[in-house]
Amino acid sequence: MVLVGVLALQGSFNEHIAGTPFFHISMAYLSRIALRRLGVKGVEIRKPEQLENVTSLIIPGGESTTMAKLAEYHNLFPALREFVKMGKPVWGTCAGLIFLANKATGQKIGGQELVGGLDCTVHRNFFGSQIQSFETELSVPELASKEGGPELYRGVFIRAPAILDVGPDVQVLADYPLSSNKELDSISVSEAQDQEGNTGSVKKVIVAVRQGNLLATAFHPELTADTRWHSYFLKMINDVGEGTSSSIVAVGAELAELHLNQQAKNDLPIFQ
Amino acid sequence: MAGSGVVAVYGNGAIAETTKNNSPFSVKVGLAQMLRGGVIMDVVNAEQARIAEESGACAVMALERVPADIRAQGGVARMSDPQLIKEIKQAVTIPVMAKARIGHFVEAQILEAIGIDYVDESEVLTVADEDNHINKHNFRIPFVCGCRNLGEALRRVREGAAMIRTKGEAGTGNVVEAVRHVRSVMGDIRALRNMDDDEVFTYAKKIAAPFDLVMQTKQLGRLPVVQFAAGGVATPADAALMMQLGCDGVFVGSGVFKSGDPAKRARAIVQAVTHYSDPQILTEVSCGLGEAMVGLNLKDEKVERFANRSE
Repeated sequence: MVLVGVLALQGSFNEHIAGTPFFHISMAYLSRIALRRLGVKGVEIRKPEQLENVTSLIIPGGESTTMAKLAEYHNLFPALREFVKMGKPVWGTCAGLIFLANKATGQKIGGQELVGGLDCTVHRNFFGSQIQSFETELSVPELASKEGGPELYRGVFIRAPAILDVGPDVQVLADYPLSSNKELDSISVSEAQDQEGNTGSVKKVIVAVRQGNLLATAFHPELTADTRWHSYFLKMINDVGEGTSSSIVAVGAELAELHLNQQAKNDLPIFQ
Repeated sequence: MAGSGVVAVYGNGAIAETTKNNSPFSVKVGLAQMLRGGVIMDVVNAEQARIAEESGACAVMALERVPADIRAQGGVARMSDPQLIKEIKQAVTIPVMAKARIGHFVEAQILEAIGIDYVDESEVLTVADEDNHINKHNFRIPFVCGCRNLGEALRRVREGAAMIRTKGEAGTGNVVEAVRHVRSVMGDIRALRNMDDDEVFTYAKKIAAPFDLVMQTKQLGRLPVVQFAAGGVATPADAALMMQLGCDGVFVGSGVFKSGDPAKRARAIVQAVTHYSDPQILTEVSCGLGEAMVGLNLKDEKVERFANRSE
C-alpha cells in the first residue's frame, strides 16, 4: 500500500484525501475500483516527524501565508526542504505551488517563507481577487498522452497564482492564454509580456509544470472529478518507488492499518 | 451526471444560475474550500488586518465595529464605509470579507464592486428586509450566511450561499450558543442519515428546506457547502471545540481584538484550529494568553439575540 502524505495545516487537504482516487467517498464505483488497483491512501501531515512515514507529499490549496505561518510555528520548513532535496515526489496545488517555487512575487508585507526547489518565479494571486476567479478548459497534451482521456482539462482557478518564468530543467505541462481585456494589474501583465516577449504576441502564463520529482499546478485538481492529475502524480511515485527497497512498503502497510481504523470523514460534493 | 457520482447542486431544473460568466457555483464554493481549516478574523482597520495576517488568519472580515461594540453602542449597524474596506484590502494579501445587511442587495452590489472576496449576509448588522434574504444567485461574488439549524442552512444554500456559518451569539464571548447551533445542525444531519428515504419528503417540509438539498445532505452526511462556526469563540479551546464538533473552520469576531494580547491570542487560535485534536499542542498554545474578552451571560434576558433576527 502506497502512502501519500498530504500537508494538513490549512486548506483543501480533505479534498485531496477524500475527493480523489485516494479515497472512496462520494466518488463513482469506477474510481473506487481505480483506488483499489492503485492501493493508495492519503495521510494527514501536521508535524515534521510525520514526514518520516511517507515517501511522497501533496501540498494542497489554501492560503499560502496561513500555511507558511503554521509551518513556521511547528518548524516544518527544514523537514520539508529536506524532503524535497531527497528527491521524493512532491505535488503542490495553488498554495502548494507557491511553497515549492524558488521565488514568489506579490507576497504580503515582510514576505513569507518558501520551501523552494522548483526553479520558477510564481506571482501570488496573479489573477486578482475572488471576482476574477474562474473555471476554464485547459489544453493538457502531456497529461492526455500519459493518462489518456480528452486533450482538455477543467481547471478551477481560485485566487490562483501563475508561473511567470521557469528554469531550463522545468517542463511546462499547461499554460493559460491571457485575454487582453482581463483586468490585471499592470505589473503582472508587463511581467508576463517580458516572459513571452520572444515568442510573439500571444500573452500567456504557465499554470502546470514538472521538474524531476516535483509537480505543481496553479489550479485545483482536488476540486474536480477528473482524476488524471492524481494518477499522473501516482505514476511519478511509482517510478521513484521501483528503485527503492520493499521496506518502505512494509512500514506503509503497518501505518495504513492504523489509519484504516479511523472513521472516514464525509466530504463535500464535487460541483459541476 | 448521476452515473459519474458527481453531484450538481443546481441541475437543469427550475432554478438556473443567472450569472454564468466564469463564476459558477464551483468557483464560489472553491474559495470556501480553500479557507477550510482556517480562522477568519473580524478587523476594524488596516493595522488589525496586518496583525491577523501575521498570526496566520486565512481571511479577514472588514468591519467598522466588532460585534461586541455593536452590542454595547446599539443603534443601526450597517455595511462598513467602502473606503475602510478598501484600505483593509490594500493592507493584506489574504482574502477580505465584508458584511452586508440581511436583504440589502445594494450593499452587496457595492461590496461586489469594491472587489472583495466574500460577502457575509449577516444578522450581526441590523436587518434590512425582515422577509427576504438577498438572491445570491444574482451575484458573481460568493456569499456566506448564518444558520441555527439544518433547515435554515439549506434555505440559505438554495438562495445561493456558497458557505454557511452557524450563528452562535456574536459579540458575547460566550460559546454556548455556537455549540447549540453546531450541535443542532450536526444532530439534524445524523438523524437525517438514519431516516428512511420515504420519510425525507415530510422531513423537508417540517424543516422548511428544499427537498433536493435535504436529500443531498442525507447522501453526503454533511452540508453540501463549507460550514464554519461563529459567534462566541474567544479562546483556543473554544475554537478546537468547534472543530471537534465537525466544523470546517472558525470565525472569530470580538474574541481576538477585545482581548489583552490580540496578536498572541490570534496566533494561538490559528494553531488550535489546525491541531484541534492534539491536546498537547492545545495546552501549549493556551498558556499565558493574557486576559480573554469579557463575556456576557446569556441567561440575562436583556442581552439581545442577534441569531433570532432572521429565519
